[in-house]
This record gives sequence, structure tokens and C-alpha cells, in this order.
Amino acid sequence: MTDTSTPGTDSHRSPTASKRSFLTQLEIDTRLLGMIGAFVLVCLVFNVLTDGRFLTPRNIFNLTIQTVSVAIMATGMVFVIVTRHIDLSVGAMLATCSAAMAITQTDILPKMLGLGLGHPLIPWISILAGLIVGTVIGAFQGWLVGYLTIPAFIVTLGGLLIWRNVAWYMTDGQTIGPLDETFRNFGGINGTLGETWSWVVGVIAVVLALWALSASRRNKIGHGFPVKPVWAEAIVGLIITVGILGFVAILNAYEVPTARLIREFKANGEAMPEGYTAAYGIPYSVLLLIAIAIGMTVIAKRTRLGRYIFATGGNPDAAELSGINTRLLTVKIFALMGALVALSAVVASARLTNHSNDIGTLDELRVIAAAVIGGTALAGGIGTIHGAILGALIMQSLQSGMAMVGVDAPLQNIVVGAVLVLAVWIDIVYRRRTGGK
Amino acid sequence: MTPLVELKNISLSFGGVRAVDNVSLDLYPGEVVGLLGHNGAGKSTLIKILAGAYQMDEGEIWIEGKKVNIQSPRDARRHNIETIYQTLALADNLDAPSNLFLGRELTTRFGLVDDAKMEAETRKIMARLNPNFKKISEPVSALSGGQRQSVAIARAVYFNAKILIMDEPTAALGVHESKMVADLIKELKAQGLGIFLISHDTREMLDLCDRVSVMKNGTLIGTEKVGDVTEDDILSMIIMGKARDAA
Repeated sequence: MTDTSTPGTDSHRSPTASKRSFLTQLEIDTRLLGMIGAFVLVCLVFNVLTDGRFLTPRNIFNLTIQTVSVAIMATGMVFVIVTRHIDLSVGAMLATCSAAMAITQTDILPKMLGLGLGHPLIPWISILAGLIVGTVIGAFQGWLVGYLTIPAFIVTLGGLLIWRNVAWYMTDGQTIGPLDETFRNFGGINGTLGETWSWVVGVIAVVLALWALSASRRNKIGHGFPVKPVWAEAIVGLIITVGILGFVAILNAYEVPTARLIREFKANGEAMPEGYTAAYGIPYSVLLLIAIAIGMTVIAKRTRLGRYIFATGGNPDAAELSGINTRLLTVKIFALMGALVALSAVVASARLTNHSNDIGTLDELRVIAAAVIGGTALAGGIGTIHGAILGALIMQSLQSGMAMVGVDAPLQNIVVGAVLVLAVWIDIVYRRRTGGK
Repeated sequence: MTPLVELKNISLSFGGVRAVDNVSLDLYPGEVVGLLGHNGAGKSTLIKILAGAYQMDEGEIWIEGKKVNIQSPRDARRHNIETIYQTLALADNLDAPSNLFLGRELTTRFGLVDDAKMEAETRKIMARLNPNFKKISEPVSALSGGQRQSVAIARAVYFNAKILIMDEPTAALGVHESKMVADLIKELKAQGLGIFLISHDTREMLDLCDRVSVMKNGTLIGTEKVGDVTEDDILSMIIMGKARDAA
């Protein structure tokens, strides 16, 4: 009785506190730590195998922009899998969204509506069109799953065939391009913040992260809950600061090739000053991914929608009996997935600078693998957004690392497949040991 | 005195089976009414109609003298009806506060869920219901049967239920934990709640209830005041399916 009435004393009981391990004091998820460890290991091994070419700013930059498209979709797939569904149609939906946006910006807006190529509104209207297409397709599939109770596996397996070929039908299988210049900024290397703005964004991110950390601590103290010791809080803050600024520093260390700079100066009718250099910095696509990651994490942890998603995944009957409309929830989840697929289609087609008929092929497998490697349990109820993004990063590192080492293409896929199965097995063993599900 | 709940001529069929057949029951404030019967007698189906989980084919539900329309669990909650299910309707992957407030989360002024506030409220109510309850921020899958049950009960108590439905609340519990639940039922009763209790344990029912109703094959055999009957009378009603006077 005395203990529960004064919960704030929990952390101050010195005998138990001293027994706590270093990691528990930091309150860092050991599972996340394991994944980061695996990722670091993959990077170090490839760095040795490629004689140090893997961990160059250039390759890290490329790795980052290659991961974005799959990572965006993986964040949505977390919600889908957490509620015990699956979406096999994301790659095909991506093609349909990409086709819709390509046609909108090269044909419908400039020719039929007469805006003219290069009109400043074109990229934004196109993206909006893509978002509508993706959201409507997703919501429709969610309605089939939620209200007509057709299993998601079947609905989206059908969707995989349907949307892949809707895209083909819309474009007659042709490649559509070049895409709008502003639109292409979302592709990665064609649109970056540059050195100064990258630092500005990095510093703002650090300030916001530290503010969030201290706000959460103050909130806990306000309610009389146990808090971490100050030194632990400081270490977490330091890790975040070094992480963010280190990432910015690496992206800023990748310099724009001199030939390209000369070309750009020439285009403006100027000559390049002697010794001039410029760095790429943070790509817009990565900023988009970060914004989505934050948004999705807030939805998962701090909104009713997220709470209901995880409750439904843990026990659908309990959710229903608690008055949650699980059918409408299913529609919302699939609609959100569709919207994210559309954003992913922006990044993917912008990176290629055109819409090609095979865009997004096999993406469903990459996305599901990323979510699952990132710790999303297919049994439902468990999964994190940052885990899925890390999963996508690990997959991409393996793939491009093997390509750099010169592993044959079939062997690459064999290894990736094996890693997926292995990762899930390790996860099962881990959960059993730690007493989780 | 107006009854808290009146169930009038309730019927519900699943396919060709009449799971509940023209059953009428009432419940007064500060009263515990026990529902007894074999598995499949229709007890759980009947109370799930009141809880909004099933919709009846025929009949009326009156709450505090007014006819009400209960179509969903949400409707039932609006009439201050809380249910503690046999299967413990908890999301195993969430912690106690998330379960306690599931469907009725406290939010901050920005509309985000206020976990800290919910945790504080959970600690408060748990200190009252089950002082041994410590694992506030762990998934409820890590809790014992009794602790899980106290989360479910806390839900009913916190939201000021007037009508409480308990479907086998002690089925999964040990002796000590069962006693805790029994004490709690008595306390809630003293506060003026009306409680429908379902159990297979006839002796426990005679101890806790004011009246017991016996069901068999979807029909109501009879309702008796606890003081008027013996355990044997009840058992014969359950087994023979005949009202006491006829037996």
C-alpha cells in the first residue's frame, strides 16, 4: 500500500537502483540496439571487403537515397502488419500512382489544361493527384478487407495484379519522361539542401530533440513518476546530438563533382571561381522520409488512432468490445498505406527522372521484409516505425554492399532471402528469452 | 423503486437455435443478481445483449425506467453499463493504463493521448483496488490472472459504472485473488451499483448474490431470493430445468 501511494520513490531506492544495469538506466531498447549492432556490423564487413569504399560519404549518400522509397512504405506497412493484415499490392500501387502523376504532369496539365510545360503549379498538382489515387485505392482495398471481410492477403494479391496492369494500361507500357524539373528534386541527388542549410536543419533538429527530451522528463516529474538519472539523460542527449550532426557532416562531406559545378555555372552564364567547391548535403527525399517517420511515430504513440491500431492488433475482440470501430480503422490504415505509397512513388519516379513500366516491381517484398526485419510481428500488435526504417536500411546496405563487392545477382537475392528468415528467427528467440510474445 | 435495468421478453436466435428465448429479468441498485445454468444455457448471450455485443431479435431493454436502444458496446457504455468478460477483454500487448482507458483515452489540449495523466490515474485507482499492483507500464501479458482481472475491474470502477456485468470474474483466479474480487463486489454493491454476476460456482453465488436466476436451453427457469433457497434447490433447478414450486 505504501509503495503504490508514493510511486515517485521507486527510482530513489538505492539498493535496487544500483543493481540495475547500465542499459536499463539509459532505458534504451535492447532490441533496437541489436538491430543497430547488426547494421554497423554489415557496414564494417562491407567496408573491409570493398577496401574502404563502402563507408565513404558518397556511398552513404547513395545508400540513404536508395533506402527512402522502400522506407516510406515500410512505415505504413508497420500499421498494416500490426493489425494482422498484409499489403502485397504496394509495388503495383506505386506503379499506378507513378503513372498517374507522370501522365498528369506531362500530358493532362500542360496539354489538355494548357498550363504549359514547366508551369510552377505542375509538380504540386501532380503530387496531389498521386496522393488522391493512392489514398482512394488504399481506402477501397481497406473497405474490401474491413467491411466485406475478404482476407487482406487475397484483396492485395488481387491488387498486385490489378494495379500493376492498370499502370501498364494507362501508359501503354511506355516510359513517360522527362518528369518536371521541380518534381525531380524529390528523387535524391537532383534535389539537396546544400551545405549551409543542411547544418541549419541539423542544428534545429538537435534543439528540437533535446527540447522534447527535457519536456518529457519535466512531464514525468510533474506526475511524480520515476525518471532516469540526469547523467543517463545527458548521455542519451549526447548520442542524439552526435548522431544527427554526424549524419549531416557525412552528407555535407560528399562534394558535387567539379564537372557538374562547371556545367551549372555555365548555365548561369558565369565562370566557376578557382578552387570553388560545393557539397550536396541533405537530400529533400531524406527530409521527406524524416518528416514521415516523425509523423508516423506520433500517430503510433500519441494518437487515439495509433492506440487503436495496436490494441486491435493485440486483441481484435477486446478492441471491438471497447467500442472501437475496427472496420473503419482497417479502411483508415489501408488508406494511409496508399497515401504513403503515393509519396514513395514521387521519390521513386523522381529518382529515375521518368515513369517506367516496371517501377516498384518486387517492392512489396522489400517493404514487408523491411518491416519484419525491423521487428514488426506478423502475429500482430508489435512493431515500431524506426525499426521498419532501420530494417529498410539494413536490406539496402546488404543489397548494395553485395553489388559493390561483385556478388552475382542471383546470389544477392539468395542472401537477402536467407537474411530475412534468419532475422525473424533471431527475433523469435529474442522475444522468448526476454519473456515477450 | 424503479429497477436499474429491466430486460423484457428478450429473444435471440443464432441460425435455428434460440440461444435466448423470451427472457425477462430485472436488477435494482445495490443488488447482485446471479445468473446460473449449464454451458450453453444462454447466460452469456443474454448479458452480451445488454452489453451491446449482440443485438436481440425481440424484446426491450429499460434502464432507470426509460426504454433504451443498445446497438453497440459504445451505446452500452453511454448508459453506464460496464462489462467484465470471461475472456478478459484486454489487449495483451498494451500496458495497464492503455487498457484501462481503451476507447476513452484522456487527451492533451492538442488532442494527443496523455499517457502520463492516464498512468497517474491508473496508479491512483490501482492503489485502491489492488495495492500489490506494481507493473503499471508493462504489457498486461506479463501480469497474473488476478492482476489482469483488476485492470478489467478498474475500468468499470473508474468510469463510474452504474450497471456492472461480470461474466465468470473468478474463473481464472486463485483462492486469494477470488476473495479479493468477492470483496470488491461487496464494496461496489454497497456503493449502489447493480451487478449481474455469472458463475458456475453455486456456493460463491449464494454468498454474493441477493437473487439468482437459473437458465436452461435459452429459457429462464426461475428467479429466487437467495434466502429462500438452498444450494440443493438451485442445483435441481439447473439440472432438472424446473422451477422450485413445480419440482
